[in-house]
Amino acid sequence: MTAPVDPRSIAGKIPAPERRVPLVVVGAGPAGVAAATAAARAGAQVLLLDEHPLDPELMAMDVPLFFGQRLSPAVRDRGVMLERIVKTNPALEDAVDAGVEVELGVSVWGAFQPGPTMRELPACLGVADQTRSWLIGYDRLIVAAGARDLNLGFQGWEKAGTMGAAAAFTLLTRYQACAARRMVVLGSGPLGLTVASLARARGIDVPAIVEVTPAIRGDAALHATLERQGVRFYPGHVVSAALGSRDELEGVRLAAVDAAFRPVPGRELDIACDTVCLALGLVPQVELLQVLGCRLQFRSEWGGFVPEVDADGRTSLPQVFAAGDVTGVDERAVLSSERAVAAGRRAGLAAAAALGVLAPDRAHALLRETAVPASAPEARVHDYWRQWLRATSAAATGDVLACQCEEVTRSELVGVQPPRYLGPASAPMRARNLGTLGQDGPVNPDQIKRLTRAGMGPCQGRRCREQVALLLAEAGDVPVDAIPLASYRPPVRPLPLSVLWPHDELPTMREHWVSWFGIPTQFAPHWAGDPDMTVMLDVPGGAPVE
Amino acid sequence: MTERRGASVVVVGGGVTGLSSAWWLARAGVDVLVLEAGIVGWEASGRNGGGATHVYSPLGLEEQRLWPQMDALLGYPTEHMPHRIKVALSDEQLALYQTNARIADQQGFQTESLDVKALRELVPIVGDNAVGGLYLHFGGHANPQRTVQAYAWALQDLGGRIRQHMAVTGFQVAGGRVTAVLTDAGAIGADTVVLAAGPATERLAAQLGVQVPLAPSRVEMICTEPIPLMKVGGVDGNGLYGRQTRRGNLVYGGGPHEWLDEEGLQAARGARPTTPLLRSLGRRLAELFRGAAHVRIIRSWAGIVENTPDGLPIIDRLTDPVNVVLATMSSVGFGLSPASGKAISELVLHGKCRFCDLTALRLARFADTPPDWRAQLGWIPSGANL
Repeated sequence: MTAPVDPRSIAGKIPAPERRVPLVVVGAGPAGVAAATAAARAGAQVLLLDEHPLDPELMAMDVPLFFGQRLSPAVRDRGVMLERIVKTNPALEDAVDAGVEVELGVSVWGAFQPGPTMRELPACLGVADQTRSWLIGYDRLIVAAGARDLNLGFQGWEKAGTMGAAAAFTLLTRYQACAARRMVVLGSGPLGLTVASLARARGIDVPAIVEVTPAIRGDAALHATLERQGVRFYPGHVVSAALGSRDELEGVRLAAVDAAFRPVPGRELDIACDTVCLALGLVPQVELLQVLGCRLQFRSEWGGFVPEVDADGRTSLPQVFAAGDVTGVDERAVLSSERAVAAGRRAGLAAAAALGVLAPDRAHALLRETAVPASAPEARVHDYWRQWLRATSAAATGDVLACQCEEVTRSELVGVQPPRYLGPASAPMRARNLGTLGQDGPVNPDQIKRLTRAGMGPCQGRRCREQVALLLAEAGDVPVDAIPLASYRPPVRPLPLSVLWPHDELPTMREHWVSWFGIPTQFAPHWAGDPDMTVMLDVPGGAPVE
Repeated sequence: MTERRGASVVVVGGGVTGLSSAWWLARAGVDVLVLEAGIVGWEASGRNGGGATHVYSPLGLEEQRLWPQMDALLGYPTEHMPHRIKVALSDEQLALYQTNARIADQQGFQTESLDVKALRELVPIVGDNAVGGLYLHFGGHANPQRTVQAYAWALQDLGGRIRQHMAVTGFQVAGGRVTAVLTDAGAIGADTVVLAAGPATERLAAQLGVQVPLAPSRVEMICTEPIPLMKVGGVDGNGLYGRQTRRGNLVYGGGPHEWLDEEGLQAARGARPTTPLLRSLGRRLAELFRGAAHVRIIRSWAGIVENTPDGLPIIDRLTDPVNVVLATMSSVGFGLSPASGKAISELVLHGKCRFCDLTALRLARFADTPPDWRAQLGWIPSGANL
């Protein structure tokens, strides 16, 4: 005799998606728009989602980019933001013309693909706007989520006014809502020089560009232009501290560093500013791909963990494609969208072919016409990042925060010490550190984060993930490649309970809800029951006593 | 001399039960080695609700006696906090808690009925949908991950050893005894073996010719951003279990589980995905705490737990082979771990537990369990999508 499937199990309890679309594209940057347009022209029904304009509450939490409290009040006017975002992205219009359905201001907080540990689920996305959440089913998914900020702190970087380069780009261009007045840029590579030019063009004073290496890294002509415009360059320098008596940034103290990235005594200067832009690099925004279970690999030249993809953007999951910066960031091509557009187009065509709307030979012909230009990114961006990490630690007079949300310092992280709110640590606790933990086996950042709480806060590790990995590598004297990616978990956007509220919840979810399995004997006194505890073949109803 | 490989007692499984057992053995001066396939406490032991209130168990009295001392005994923080509050949103739930109170009363523990006013003074985020509550002047909660690490470190401080990333593949048996534990890195000699491998216990016991009926499943939890600390963190109800952490996060689980087949169990070593269930967990939480409806969920996670057919633990010393103690806590292991580890150490050292009666937890109760018991109970995946 076989009983029906346990009514308290998840079987049959996840609602069918509110709608189902053959192809969903996440991200309306150059790659996403190109993918959606190509697929729609090939005959696919396509939904293109983009989270911009963002909820200002999320932006205030530095999600998904490190906005650093430099938002102008205009970000609260959703209509104006929407208008600017559409106007600054002309390719969107082509997509709409091609038949793509575009939804802006919708964030994707989860992506789910059935598998051996999750058999009861349709392939779907969890999405939300500012008021509600819903599920969207897909046959094929293209993730073109772009890149986010690489954040390497310095003493006092928690003061309002320190922001990331991707956030600066977004506020300066799409949103036109950057509240900075005087911005010091850290990093003289293509990213830093471009941010400085854009900021100046928007009327923001840029007094200085700081570079930890002895030479300026970016384009010589742009460097010369900026210098002519009065921007001073400080190669061989690092920020030793943020200045400002309270929580607002009022300036930075620079220290000259030697060839080993140690501060040179007596060579310091202060620069007044209300904003510091960290323009040291960008990180592929792989969170949805990791949540889906796509295989990732560490490729320093692409900015860290990137999905394994073939030439058409196919990931290790046959239903999921990836294109654009999410597959790797080339800082040298920061202003060019040529590669992203080509990669997006290929992924769109391949997805259309996979959906059966584009004949294989036609797909082949179109793909042949769409070559992704070659690129030559810097081989190991992490070595450069490590130089900043060393210099900022060596130049600081006090401890540098690793994690802002949980206020974990770099030395607490490396000491694997418990959070301060637990009170003074015991002697055996103080004797433990990363070194002793490492004797038990390779260190995993997920273990470190649960012990120290670094990365456990509301920004979901966006401001500290890379910094923590670099610190673990530095302290353990191992290549950063050896440090696994600290896991991303849904919801990958921190959303209120009221927004995530399941309006589509099935009655069976409520009817059979139990706090724990609903096995009647489990929480009954073990000594009061039937002494001959044989298998119960009939599980009676009723909620458990816990 | 090369590294010492064998040990007097080899514990298979670095979860909370195995680690506690090893720690108690090390306290008794025993040379003990823990073998863990991954990282200590990485699975359900380190990612559960943290509850420490199980007075319906024969181990419950010892659990209650030990928890307040654990930080001092281990030398590392567990974040244990005393007491629990049960919030009732319906008369039915309130009646359920009265049953709880009766069990506690029989055991000599004090409970106190809370009217809505008293409840809302203690738990200000409770809304006007609450009908009352129950204050437990016993029990509590702790931080699972910090606690498992505390056991591991305390065990090492006493000279015990832990080998991580070492998977046990089988056993070498001679003369009715296990003589060595076989691993992917060779054989490890043992005088006695503690088998506490969570969902893998069934497979490993089968290699000893011992049938242990266990059904693995995946369960999910959510965590919110921190909110101001309440007087008592161990507040739950409305079909949720969980707590407010010392940091202020609301961490809760409950609701449907997903039964796993063998393929799912193997795959779960790498991927423990969560589902859109997090929205229903969030709804339950917003109902329980109406004053927290604006609070944000910042992550969710899943863990794999195993259950016996009656949901009760198995803690038993086998008769063949004679030198194996077997332990599965049937999905409720964290809170009882101070006591379960002690009981297991006594089974190893004395052949019996001296502080409580483990009769109800013997393996023999499943002697007649049919091989297709999971199908008979419906504890199987429906296979809707694959």
